[in-house]
Amino acid sequence: MKKILSIILLLLSFNIFASAGTELQEADVNVLDSDSLLRGAKHYVDYCLGCHSAKHIRYKRIAMDLGVEESKILDNIAPFEAGIYDPMLTAMNGHDAAKWFGTQPPDLSLIARSRGADWLYSYLKGFYTDDSRAIGTNNLIFEDVGMPNVLWKLQGIQKAVYKTINGREVIDKLVMETQGTLSPKEFDRFANDLTNFLVYVGEPTQLERQSMGKYVLFFLLMFIVLGYLLKREYWKDIH
Amino acid sequence: MKKQITACGDWILDRMAMDKVWNQHMAQYYAPKNFNFWYFFGSLALLVLVNQIVTGIFLTMNYKPDAKLAFDSVEYIMRDVPWGWLIRYMHSTGASAFFLVVYLHMFRGIMYGSFKKPRELIWIFGMLIFFALMAEAFTGYLLPWGQMSYWGAQVIISLFSAIPVIGDDLSLWIRGDFVIADATLNRFFAFHVIAVPLVILLLVFLHIVALHEVGSNNPDGIEIKENKDENGIPLDGIPFHPYYSVKDIVGVGVFLFFFAAVIFYAPDMGGYFLEHDNFVPADPLKTPEHIAPVWYFTPYYAILRAVPDKFAGVIAMGAAVFVLFLLPWLDRSPVKSIRYRGGIYKKALFLFVISFLALGYLGTQPATDTAILMTRIFTVIYFAFFLLMPIYTRWEKVKPVPKRLTEQPSLEDHIPAMIDTFNEMTVRKPIKTAEGDTVVKLRPNPSGMVTVLIRFLKKLKASLD
Amino acid sequence: MNNEGVDTSKRQFLTSALTVVGAVGTGYLAVPFLSQMQPSSKAMAAGAPVEVDISKLESGQLLRVAWRGKPVWVLNRPPRMLKIIEGMDTFLEDPSSNESLQPESSKNAVRSIKPEIFIAVGLCTHLGCSPTFRPEVAPPDLGDDWEGGFFCPCHGSKFDLAGRVYRSVPAPTNLEIPPYRYITDTQIIIGEDTAVEENA
Repeated sequence: MKKILSIILLLLSFNIFASAGTELQEADVNVLDSDSLLRGAKHYVDYCLGCHSAKHIRYKRIAMDLGVEESKILDNIAPFEAGIYDPMLTAMNGHDAAKWFGTQPPDLSLIARSRGADWLYSYLKGFYTDDSRAIGTNNLIFEDVGMPNVLWKLQGIQKAVYKTINGREVIDKLVMETQGTLSPKEFDRFANDLTNFLVYVGEPTQLERQSMGKYVLFFLLMFIVLGYLLKREYWKDIH
Repeated sequence: MKKQITACGDWILDRMAMDKVWNQHMAQYYAPKNFNFWYFFGSLALLVLVNQIVTGIFLTMNYKPDAKLAFDSVEYIMRDVPWGWLIRYMHSTGASAFFLVVYLHMFRGIMYGSFKKPRELIWIFGMLIFFALMAEAFTGYLLPWGQMSYWGAQVIISLFSAIPVIGDDLSLWIRGDFVIADATLNRFFAFHVIAVPLVILLLVFLHIVALHEVGSNNPDGIEIKENKDENGIPLDGIPFHPYYSVKDIVGVGVFLFFFAAVIFYAPDMGGYFLEHDNFVPADPLKTPEHIAPVWYFTPYYAILRAVPDKFAGVIAMGAAVFVLFLLPWLDRSPVKSIRYRGGIYKKALFLFVISFLALGYLGTQPATDTAILMTRIFTVIYFAFFLLMPIYTRWEKVKPVPKRLTEQPSLEDHIPAMIDTFNEMTVRKPIKTAEGDTVVKLRPNPSGMVTVLIRFLKKLKASLD
Repeated sequence: MNNEGVDTSKRQFLTSALTVVGAVGTGYLAVPFLSQMQPSSKAMAAGAPVEVDISKLESGQLLRVAWRGKPVWVLNRPPRMLKIIEGMDTFLEDPSSNESLQPESSKNAVRSIKPEIFIAVGLCTHLGCSPTFRPEVAPPDLGDDWEGGFFCPCHGSKFDLAGRVYRSVPAPTNLEIPPYRYITDTQIIIGEDTAVEENA
């Protein structure tokens, strides 16, 4: 009996390790840090919105959730001519995009919910030069991605270093070949702010829901205590 | 004024004897007095059913069953509709809670022999509810129109095409198109919001009517109606109201506490309650890398994958559900409750639970060779539990069953022991803070944990004999 | 089972306490369900204030714009019309607009901020039809007394050129004036009151 159990446990644990893929870098996500979110929003509009919409969020919602005046969002963050009630739409039309990149750049409203924060952070930092591809770059996390590295001016250019495992060449790590305008530390913060913003955009209500939860749980605790006292009182008849 | 109200009340009662119904099912419905916490899950299932219906009604006010609009309308509910997120999370968490509660409710029935004579019909109605619930969950899961909704439905409906001769036409008929499409979404919406819920409500009604005719079973598996006092009231029975209504309120409170904790702090439950890939709109041209159903279907999905032949796999999966219907006739033991059964049944049930959980886990994992091998082993155990039951239940020696209900320690009586165990597993250590003060902090105690674990395993082993 | 020595008052108290707590909880739970039927952010966005450019609006011309899905009229009234308005009081139900809906800035004789530019919600206060603009004097269908105004085809309500309702017609009050303000001399924003500060 014990033997069977230990074999089962061994096989199950083996299975977990077998399914692990490329290791992701951990993002430092804190949706309560509105300064980081604002920087992330600005980065998003400057570097992503050209191709990727985030159609499920309005500028007004961002202003409301982050406690910033609407005019400031319009002046500092939103693209020229966007109204406060507008969702974050891209100016590029889907038809052109499909022609240029082979596929229409996806809407990123929910990317953090489908991929996770660590994936996004690692993806943003995972570009390296790859001359075998038409766009000249590849990504460690998302192989053969159609998107070029739009952040290369900031980050610089990374090169892959290979190692051989079981006769197969695999990427060991990425090293910086040419430094960009940001230092590695500054770029990490840049990628982290952008990730943080996308996590917020994935579910704006998470700010509200977490702060509300403790009141609900406290109330239910009170309800349980009262209910238990009542139950104990009635059950005195039976014992 | 009071006189008028009484007169008005009497007028109604003369025409519809609601007081009699109340007495029959609540105030003078005698339930065994030894229900333990396993008996919370029936009333909790009813609570979750109400939750699903109410939240469901409000969701339909903003949801659009149209392939072009469905995905966005769900996000519209999550963001633009006031409080829409809460109602949606109550519904999505409620779906998982429903299965959790129903699985525990069914396990209770298997443990204490609640399906045995004279309660076979209650079990059959219960199984029909379970079956309808699976249909309800399956049709509902297509509605968000995400990648998992789409490809999950695609895979499951393709199962029907495995049926010889009529299979292809049947799956085409179910979909109403050559692939999962707008027509499928629209009809699934109709099934999910009106057809199946009506069936479930009817079955729940029949389940309770059948139960109140023969009366509830209990952890001792003793018929309390065999020992009545001079007024014809069972000696070991207590009126459901107020005793069990006040007790169930505590159960409801505790359930809602965990329910709310999930809704407010982990609504997607790490991808188990709301799958990550379902936040990507359905794309008929691109299958996600790894398709897994929601956790409550994974044991059956694993059984499907365990069988190398397509049609045989479908049969195996169907049989895994259908075999539960036969339980009242497979079990030949003269006693109901596990308390008075022999060691073989206990071990068999233990293995069954392990294999059900393992199949559930394996169903979420990619189908590697080891995973498939494990799945096959557990599938065999799953079916062996049922198919060998006529043999081992007749064969094993049972313990004598007492005439009257026994007194067991209640959950509250265990609290001191639980506190002791907690103290054993932790240790208070003085820790120096950065300011140089010493603070006594609670830290885990590994050696204590090992002792507790060994004691637990010994106890488990002893309880299986 | 024994019922002796039962402390009924304690039971009573605990039962009421639990009922109250339960009722409060149900009350709080009802809020999300009821308020989810309120207009959503999308409806609010669609109902956002609208800007109207009146630089090309000629004298006597009526412009229709949609605000919150409702028709809003912008009418450029020449001095002739303003003159007619002055002499209408005896025919009207509520000449000084005491019973009618308008922002404080438009509660005057001509019911507008600038006398010549008249802005009103184009829905009859009776049952919500949109009246037609009938500027001509004494047309055959409206009779010799008609000096120009708005006529509702649904139930025959009549309003003067300041949207004030005639006597003995079904409509109870004058046409509603929406909140609006001037951004520049020729730019009006409908949906924001003059009293409202920018970005408040």
